Amino acid sequence: MQIQLSHPTRSVEIKGPKKAKELLKELNLVVEAHLVIRGDELVTEDEMLYDKDQIEIRPVISGGSPHLTPHVSPFTSLE
Amino acid sequence: MNCTKCKTKAVIDLPRHNAAFCKGCFNVFVHDQTAKAIKSQKMFGKDDRILVAVSGGKDSLALWDILLKLGYKADALYVNLGIGAYSEESHRKVTKFAETTAAAHGATLHVHTVQEEAGAGIKELAQLIHRPACSTCGTIKRYQFNRVALEHKYDVMATGHNLDDEAARLLGNVLRWQEEYLDKQAPSLPASLEGFAKKVKPLYRLSERELAAYSVLNRIDYIVEECPMAKGARTILYKEVLNRLETESPGTKQAFYWGFLDKQSKPEAAPTTMAERDQASLHPCSVCQQPTTAEVCSYCKMMARAKTHSASSCPPV
Repeated sequence: MQIQLSHPTRSVEIKGPKKAKELLKELNLVVEAHLVIRGDELVTEDEMLYDKDQIEIRPVISGGSPHLTPHVSPFTSLE
Repeated sequence: MNCTKCKTKAVIDLPRHNAAFCKGCFNVFVHDQTAKAIKSQKMFGKDDRILVAVSGGKDSLALWDILLKLGYKADALYVNLGIGAYSEESHRKVTKFAETTAAAHGATLHVHTVQEEAGAGIKELAQLIHRPACSTCGTIKRYQFNRVALEHKYDVMATGHNLDDEAARLLGNVLRWQEEYLDKQAPSLPASLEGFAKKVKPLYRLSERELAAYSVLNRIDYIVEECPMAKGARTILYKEVLNRLETESPGTKQAFYWGFLDKQSKPEAAPTTMAERDQASLHPCSVCQQPTTAEVCSYCKMMARAKTHSASSCPPV
């Protein structure tokens, strides 16, 4: 099956059938940080995916917006 | 896998709640969690005017969507940071959401463009003043959100910070014992003095994955690409570490952050030393005289049990 990945954008081919959680494991991706989307439908971890399916694995982690309270990170130089 | 509530086919499983939901029940769950956060932290009421900080990402657009659907008066502010194609794309997505969804609720989108005021985008500004781009971005966003909130007389500013954002921030502060920042981690910060608007984080009970799922299920077109300036940010490393823990032990992130909030909300008990606590609770074991909190210490209990078991399982001679 065709798997679309992000960060960076790329696609890989994986042999099905396979459960969504097995697919994530094979790609060494953490369940908590990803969504598995078949076509345009979200699927659960135990959903069986087949060779004909178009799959997108979407990462959910973002850098996070700056907090609206001043917060100086110890890793940020103040100059 | 079926929905825990209505037993139809589930679209998302939530190990930390030991539940799975179909789209309809998941939307109810997300709205309920947000409503609970707003009520329990006394964030705002139905008559208050709210200014939502939107970036084009999943969290802030989901927040705007949820607040409007819950019947709140929520307008939004987008700050165009001038980060090339990334800002163009995020601006386009915010505008699309404002026109296709928010406008129907009578909501307004305010836009501030950094380049128009400063003559340069965030990257160039950061280089000019020799500061990291993320720090420059933070200063500009804080300033502009506060300015717009005060100028347009909004009662409260709301951001899309989620459980993962708050847990990662807490981890960063705790790892370096930056106790002075812990007070500012509450999901509801009052308008501390004249000129500072009240700030709230209504999504602190929902994880990043849950908010991404909400956006996908509700066809909210958000920017999936990472901000090019955030690459390699320490926050992302903390989130990855927490997600590994969460996968192995569901509920870790909420136990960490909600537990912190719980401790913060309780009045601090009079400090006692370990020796004082031991003296108050320990006394000699009635069998061996070693210190214990019980009548018989756990070692003596264990040995007594082992001997009983050993005697009963011995084959008759």
